[in-house]
Amino acid sequence: MDKKSWPLWEVFIRSKHGLNHKHVGSLHAADAQMAIENSRDVYTRRMEGISIWVVESKNITASDPNQQEAMFEPAVDKIYRHPTFYNLPDELEHM
Amino acid sequence: MNIVDLEHEFMKRIKADQKIEPKDWMPEKYRQTLIRQIAQHAHSEIVGMLPEANYISRAPTLRRKAALLAKIQDEAGHGLYLYCAAETLGVDRDTLLDELHSGKAKYSSIFNYPTLTWADMGAIGWLVDGAAILNQVPLCKCSFGPYARAMVRVCKEESFHQRQGYEILLTLCNGSEEQKKMAQDAVNRWWWPSMMMFGPSDENSKHSAYSMETGIKKFSNDELRQRFVDQTKPQADILGVTLPDKDLKFDESSGHWKYGEIDWEEFNNVIQGNGPCNKIRLKHRREAWEKGAWVRDAASAYAAKKALKNSESKQVA
Repeated sequence: MDKKSWPLWEVFIRSKHGLNHKHVGSLHAADAQMAIENSRDVYTRRMEGISIWVVESKNITASDPNQQEAMFEPAVDKIYRHPTFYNLPDELEHM
Repeated sequence: MNIVDLEHEFMKRIKADQKIEPKDWMPEKYRQTLIRQIAQHAHSEIVGMLPEANYISRAPTLRRKAALLAKIQDEAGHGLYLYCAAETLGVDRDTLLDELHSGKAKYSSIFNYPTLTWADMGAIGWLVDGAAILNQVPLCKCSFGPYARAMVRVCKEESFHQRQGYEILLTLCNGSEEQKKMAQDAVNRWWWPSMMMFGPSDENSKHSAYSMETGIKKFSNDELRQRFVDQTKPQADILGVTLPDKDLKFDESSGHWKYGEIDWEEFNNVIQGNGPCNKIRLKHRREAWEKGAWVRDAASAYAAKKALKNSESKQVA
């Protein structure tokens, strides 16, 4: 058996009830179950989590850093999407 | 963009304190410098488990044993974070381990010194981890994102290591004459090797200039070494131990503790593989790797079998 056959997994941890899972790092494991078990040992030894997700790294599609401008630049001038864009009188409270 | 423009853009980002991520364009020298440094750092973590492992079965109490086990387990984890960070640069884990086991890759010279008594566990935690923290804290802000993020995790965990070491020495220093002597002896042996952990002096450090320029390193070796001395001297006074440097004295004008000459010949010797424990450390690493081969193979075989079963049952359905 080829020793190079353990795939890489990305690890996501939910730190508390009500929060979303957050990427914490990665590790190699033979299968998903092992990835979960090793994540527990590596990333939750100090009560950092109550739930773990693992995803094989090859299954993640990422945006291209060279396309960063084309992807995200269009949002910059659309400030009317923010509440502070609108001019309202001071006496209007809580809106 | 041609390479000159790319380099220019890269340096602009470094100067603006923007993190470089694995898929971003980077100069080959930056990539190679990082692979070398992160791999050395990872190797140091897992070789660093060996001198302490000797004392798991010799810890004087269950409390000490649990703490030591936890510390060694942390070091395995730190190795893992760092290997993963190195892998984002396009080098694979097995290549890195092969380079460690063949003796091609370096690791911190400190782990080539022997651990002779229980007090060494205290001295390692206090001095060696103390020096490591000073090296590592600035790396949390290093220009390469995955390395910086790995270091944040490492630093969070490392402070317990130093405190547990200091507590071991404190207990010995408040004990019998024999225990005090044991603590002093450990400090005598670990002081200079710890001072060497910051690497060659600034004028002799061949990688420093580039690392500083590209934001991998934020402080020079000598700056960090000075910080270590200034921080450690008062801690030694609380313990009631002396640091084995007859030239150590406080300099009023600079506000720093001046220290004596470091034995660079010894440093170079240990780096080149001739320290007291270089051979035994590598032998134990290789043995651990070889003896673990069947576990890795079995896990792979089991995963393959399970995957096959899954796909068969899907076909039936």
